[in-house]
Amino acid sequence: MNIVLRIKRYNPETDEAARFQDFTIAAEPADRLLDCLMLIKRTMDGTLSFRKSCAHGVCGSDAMTINGVERLACKTLVQDVAEEEGAVVTVEPLRSLPVQRDLMVDYTRFFEAYRVVKPFLFPVAKVEEGENIQAPEVRKKFDDPTKCILCASCQSACPVIVEGKDFLGPAAIVQAARFVFDSRDEGIAPRLDVLGAPNGAEACEGHFECTRVCPRGIKVTKNINLTKRAVKQFKEKDD
Amino acid sequence: MGRSHRHEFDAVIVGSGGAGLYAALEASRVRGNRTAVISKLLPIRSHTGAAQGGIGAALGNLEEDQPQWHAFDTVKGGDYLVDQQAASILADDAVQAVYDLERRGLPFSRIEDGKIDQRRFGGHTRNFGEAAVRRSCYAADRTGHMILQTLYQQCIKNEVAFFDEFHLIDILFEGRKCTGVVALELATGDIHVIHAKAVLIATGGFGRMYRTTSNAYANTGDGLAVLLRRGVPLEDMEFFQFHPTGIRGMGILITEGVRGEGGILRNRAGDRFMERYAPTLLDLAPRDMVARAMTMEIQAGRGILGDPAVDDYLYLDATHLGREVLEKKLPDIADFCRTYLSLDPAENAIPVQPTAHYGMGGIPTDLDGRVVATGSGGLYEGLYAAGECACVSVHGANRLGTNSLVDLIVFGRRAGRHMADFVRQADFGAIPDDALAMQDVLARANKKPHDAHAEKIRTSMKTIMMDKVGIYRTGKALDEAVQELRGLRHEVAEVGVGDTSRSYNNDLLELLELQNLLDLSLITAASAAQRQESRGAHAREDFSERDDDAYLHHTLTWLDGGSVRFGKKSVDLSIWEPKPRVY
Ligand SMILES: Cc1cc2nc3c(=O)[nH]c(=O)nc-3n(C[C@H](O)[C@H](O)[C@H](O)COP(=O)(O)OP(=O)(O)OC[C@H]3O[C@@H](n4cnc5c(N)ncnc54)[C@H](O)[C@@H]3O)c2cc1C
Ligand code: SF4
Ligand code: FES
Repeated sequence: MNIVLRIKRYNPETDEAARFQDFTIAAEPADRLLDCLMLIKRTMDGTLSFRKSCAHGVCGSDAMTINGVERLACKTLVQDVAEEEGAVVTVEPLRSLPVQRDLMVDYTRFFEAYRVVKPFLFPVAKVEEGENIQAPEVRKKFDDPTKCILCASCQSACPVIVEGKDFLGPAAIVQAARFVFDSRDEGIAPRLDVLGAPNGAEACEGHFECTRVCPRGIKVTKNINLTKRAVKQFKEKDD
Repeated sequence: MGRSHRHEFDAVIVGSGGAGLYAALEASRVRGNRTAVISKLLPIRSHTGAAQGGIGAALGNLEEDQPQWHAFDTVKGGDYLVDQQAASILADDAVQAVYDLERRGLPFSRIEDGKIDQRRFGGHTRNFGEAAVRRSCYAADRTGHMILQTLYQQCIKNEVAFFDEFHLIDILFEGRKCTGVVALELATGDIHVIHAKAVLIATGGFGRMYRTTSNAYANTGDGLAVLLRRGVPLEDMEFFQFHPTGIRGMGILITEGVRGEGGILRNRAGDRFMERYAPTLLDLAPRDMVARAMTMEIQAGRGILGDPAVDDYLYLDATHLGREVLEKKLPDIADFCRTYLSLDPAENAIPVQPTAHYGMGGIPTDLDGRVVATGSGGLYEGLYAAGECACVSVHGANRLGTNSLVDLIVFGRRAGRHMADFVRQADFGAIPDDALAMQDVLARANKKPHDAHAEKIRTSMKTIMMDKVGIYRTGKALDEAVQELRGLRHEVAEVGVGDTSRSYNNDLLELLELQNLLDLSLITAASAAQRQESRGAHAREDFSERDDDAYLHHTLTWLDGGSVRFGKKSVDLSIWEPKPRVY
């Protein structure tokens, strides 16, 4: 079938402002949207810019806004977004992150927030030999946030961030939750200053947009709420 | 073209996959050593993150296991082209490597008593081949993702310096001493010359030379190609592994872990055809054998469509595992099936075809990751390689599943350690006069007219590699492939870049990557043509037997301008005598 990709273009070296450009291409319903973008780039317009790598939804390179919703281009099939012949699919960069060129956004601040939560293990015990022992039920408690690929879809979809309020962001808190609920980690204590700050977990207003868009199916809001509660309990215990 | 900059570091690591990050952790442990990691991708986008099934180590958490069994399986799996001391180190150090990752936070899947769970994998056996053994340590089906995350987290903790989205374009030498690297900064188009006492290359695989592949777009073998152009040889490039189970048409990998958990390959009659090819290990025979068996089934008209003339496929049946096991142990696989095939693996079998997966060959190194210059073992100074781009060689003619992740950790660590010691006593070499030679090449590319020619060349390359340098090979087809690839290398020299922007010029990067792939394709085809025997993943229809008298040696290949030159390097056979390979 023929479809139209309406792509938001912007090259700071040559363009005053962003504009939309239409590309009409032949595509199969089961093609990935990333395949369509590659076809355009390699046969129609080599200047079209976007990131990509794994092409099957595990590296987090190609999160973008497709028909107004954050998605990975490689995990979106044509049939998911274009139903009939001639359908127009709108492709834009992620929101809230500065655009570098076309569909490429600047992740600098996103990764700064990631670093701030100290996303690494603070071991509770020093194991001299072999492995830490962790029962399957205990391991299960932090399984969900381990799936995060840092694609920033949740960040883009978060209404709190879109409105420009000060918020660390859902992804950073998901990354923190991955350690906070790991029995091998010291948890809240080394991260209290960040998670317990006004722009930390409590800045989440519970819109659930992050959960809706997460391509890894992570219950983002739930993880933030659990973190909120853990911070509260920690503070109460400390008082 | 952009401006040029100079930097100075004691050690530079190129690549931030599992191998590069582990080496960086080791190198940065030594106080006072200035270490930098450059990577064309943001580190956590590296393809190590795509690894699914597991990392092999003889922990023996569920049944008896021993490192020497693991080492033997590795040697036999590689059809005796494996260097045996290297395989022993791999298997011995694997155990500590897994514990080390676990203590650094890697969330492995667990068994009831709280220890790391282990699953079966192809070619991994108990007691020298008796039966399949549970050796693969895993975190659901995202083991590589968890390794990459854990190592990146540790690098952040240790404040390793990263140059993200810097693309390696050249490596500098003063004779046999490596003195630095040259990289293109994606954001600005500027050129950076990084002066260093030691350089470690960990740029990963090059599966993108094939049409159907499990590899990321970024897997274009840049590190190998750059070294090749600087006169460094490559080893055993004729051995390229096809993984039996790629999603039909797309090549997306379905981990061997599915068969490790009990999945079965079936033909159109519903037969478990592996019974006829590998009576003991069945579906868990090594990948080269399973991929060949699948090709034979399809050729015999027993593919699902029943027509060898079309691009036929087979079924991977996991329906009997039940939804609970699939969702618990293989959730991403279930998700891929739903997303890309609109299929529920608990209800329906998965349509699969072999997919180009892993290059066993690469940059020749010794046991400490130092790059080898000659067949007699002469070394470069200050030049290291680790990971998929390197060839130690622990994979020989065919890699076993779960052994690449072990390779990254065990030899990434050894190379990083050695490098850290080396730079403490080494001096900086001189930056050669032609350090900015690549700048002119890039400037020229920008002046040539652009058309869709690069894509035509790319498509031709992928088709040639798939059809003529694939699972089964013949001398005639290989010779044709060599000629055609030579032609494509000439053609690509005339291709221009349409994008004239300095910042984020991906068009230019893709052209550089294509040139790299073409050089490696040529080397692969030429190496395959000169090896007139069948061994591991290299199956010649015209020479169907292994020939230890004539070919029990590693191939070294140099690229001198347009012509390929060969040499030999001996195989370490110090532990086990080569035997016929039956499973
Ligand atoms: C789908 C899939 C599943 C797999 N599953 C398993 C498994 O279960 N078990 C197992 O043992 N193995 C598995 N493998 C194999 C294994 O994952 C890889 O061989 C391994 O991860 C490669 O790691 P690496 O560190 O060498 O390279 P990569 O992780 O590929 O990293 C390469 C790095 O080099 C950088 N780079 C490349 N070119 C340049 C350049 N020009 N300039 C600067 N930087 C550059 C990239 O940015 C990247 O950071 C799998 C492979 C695939 C494709
Ligand atoms: S939580 Fe989900 S949407 Fe957010 S960065 Fe992680 S994977 Fe992406
Ligand atoms: S390209 Fe890796 S997530 Fe889409």
